[in-house]
Amino acid sequence: MKIHEYQAKDILRQYGAPVPAGRVTQSPDQAAEICDELGGRCVVKAQIHAGGRGKGGGVKVASDPDEARRLADEILGMQLVTPQTGPEGQEVKQVLVEEALDIQTELYLGITLDRQSGHPVIMASTAGGMEIEEVAAENPDAILRMVVDPHLGLLPFQSRSLASGLGLEGKTARQAGAAIDSLTRAYLETDASLAEINPLMITTGGDVYALDAKMNFDDNALFRQKAIAELRDVDEENPLEVEAGEFGLNYIKLDGTIGCMVNGAGLAMATMDIIKLYGGEPANFLDVGGSASQEAVENAFRIIISDDSVKAVMINIFGGIARTDRIARGVVAALESLGNIDIPVIVRLEGTNVEEGRQVLEDADFSFIVASHMADAAEKAVAAAGGA
Amino acid sequence: MSILVGQDTRLIVQGITGKEGLFHAQGCRDYGTNVVGGVTPGKGGQSVDDFPVFNSVEAAKRQTDCNTTMIFVPPPFAADAIMEAAGAGIELIVCITEGIPVADMMKVKAFLSDHPARLIGPNCPGVISPGKAKVGIMPGHIHKPGSVGVISRSGTLTYEAVWQLTNVDLGQSSCVGIGGDPIPGTTFIDALELFKDDGDTEAVILIGEIGGSAEEEAAAWISENFDRPVIGFIAGATAPPGRRMGHAGAIVSGGKGTAEEKKRALSAAGVTVVDSPAEMGQAAAKALAG
Repeated sequence: MKIHEYQAKDILRQYGAPVPAGRVTQSPDQAAEICDELGGRCVVKAQIHAGGRGKGGGVKVASDPDEARRLADEILGMQLVTPQTGPEGQEVKQVLVEEALDIQTELYLGITLDRQSGHPVIMASTAGGMEIEEVAAENPDAILRMVVDPHLGLLPFQSRSLASGLGLEGKTARQAGAAIDSLTRAYLETDASLAEINPLMITTGGDVYALDAKMNFDDNALFRQKAIAELRDVDEENPLEVEAGEFGLNYIKLDGTIGCMVNGAGLAMATMDIIKLYGGEPANFLDVGGSASQEAVENAFRIIISDDSVKAVMINIFGGIARTDRIARGVVAALESLGNIDIPVIVRLEGTNVEEGRQVLEDADFSFIVASHMADAAEKAVAAAGGA
Repeated sequence: MSILVGQDTRLIVQGITGKEGLFHAQGCRDYGTNVVGGVTPGKGGQSVDDFPVFNSVEAAKRQTDCNTTMIFVPPPFAADAIMEAAGAGIELIVCITEGIPVADMMKVKAFLSDHPARLIGPNCPGVISPGKAKVGIMPGHIHKPGSVGVISRSGTLTYEAVWQLTNVDLGQSSCVGIGGDPIPGTTFIDALELFKDDGDTEAVILIGEIGGSAEEEAAAWISENFDRPVIGFIAGATAPPGRRMGHAGAIVSGGKGTAEEKKRALSAAGVTVVDSPAEMGQAAAKALAG
């Protein structure tokens, strides 16, 4: 789960990280008030989940409260397009109004899971403000890495070593070390999957501030992180994905024309891959769950075809424990209950009792295009969707 | 021969009084696995469908001399169930549960480093040695005894591979679902090491997916240590970066963990990489014929 910058900063502040003073608002007038409280100079920052907000014009500096009001008015309600939003952009509903500070240096700090060691790893770099992916691609040696024992936490010598590795000294090194410690504790105690301060800014006076912050959380741990779970903003998510989630379906919207319904995540990815191999483009990832029950198929199908770009649907089910003929009856019942569907539906069933299963499809009132194997299904789906 | 599970397996099921736990305990018994009982704290002394239920793994071990457990405990309690089994001296722990927090798996990993138990999963279909024993949720009848080993991060995609093998008349020695989570108990390399020591495994199908670097590490290990044919498929070539594709571990992040990178590493290690998931069985047949 993702949260907004201001929410991440609130969490980091609770763990003692140096966060610039500021507040979030939905009103230009209040933006002016906050700016006034901050001493008359401020930064107005669009709050959407996607990164790259500055590049899209969502971050502006105001030199007085009137300008803050004008900028907030401009930013609130805009469709902010960033490299991460896609061309349609994302509507800005809140802005963070924050004190403006004099930047001397920008650093990067982040902590995430190192899958190789199975431990959290802190990454630090002097290339602040850049996406860490870019730094990793261009100059991997510029990233300091420090694996943390999750049960001991960050040890004092580790934070000293990172601060000195970043070339910091004196008061700045001590403040940066404390910020790394705060970030690590926040990460560990909130079941985060990523916590980033980017940039970690050093002012001309040598003080350290978290200029921007980002936190993502382990969805599997939200049951015990009630306060974090409440920070979810469904307006930032694709409505079809939200709806699918309510039915326990795993759906991810993509840009292609062939809707996919598959049981199992690995097979669902493989199905997208084979569609592409045959020259088509998948419109979505969808895992209906191992058993592919009638109810799951019904909901899944409705969600898939509510995407207007879908020109054909490929159902790929491997009947394992659940017998194929029973799954076929579920698919038929689901589609018949949905009524007039005027897009071609290609079905590939495999596994237990497959002959009976295919017969059920052949006998149905709904006219399925029945495929005999996965490659056959992909070929037929691509043809039905209008070719490569 | 085979690996991990077989005629010596004495299985208990943790969470046996739950619907799924009981269903799959029965499925394993029907396949011929020696299922000696189950554990549900607070329900010791009862029995379900002739399976004796114990309050703890330790009690089950004392009474039944079980050596393997299959876990269906809900995610908030699953890590504890794994550690309980390891603490009681169970040798093989197969955790089916999906949705265990990463932080809990870090605890499990630390605990297991002091115990000799092997963990398969979590978030996996389990292990089967066709014709001998099934410890998992896979459909037994699609399998056939033979000499191809299968290692996979996925469930139904593994069934797909097995079905393709069975249809080209290639049986399987053992099939190991290592699971789709970011911190697995057993890695590709661990499973490959076991297959290497199994004289009857003549080839291996390795089914990976996007996310992490386990396939790249396996590739490096294969080029140094494994000279039998390996057929590889990586799911998720078309997955968008930054999105979790169903499995908690299936995500391309920071430009790392792409299917392309993994395929390249495996090819360089001499693995026959198929781009189409429909060609795993044929590729294995070809590799074994040639």
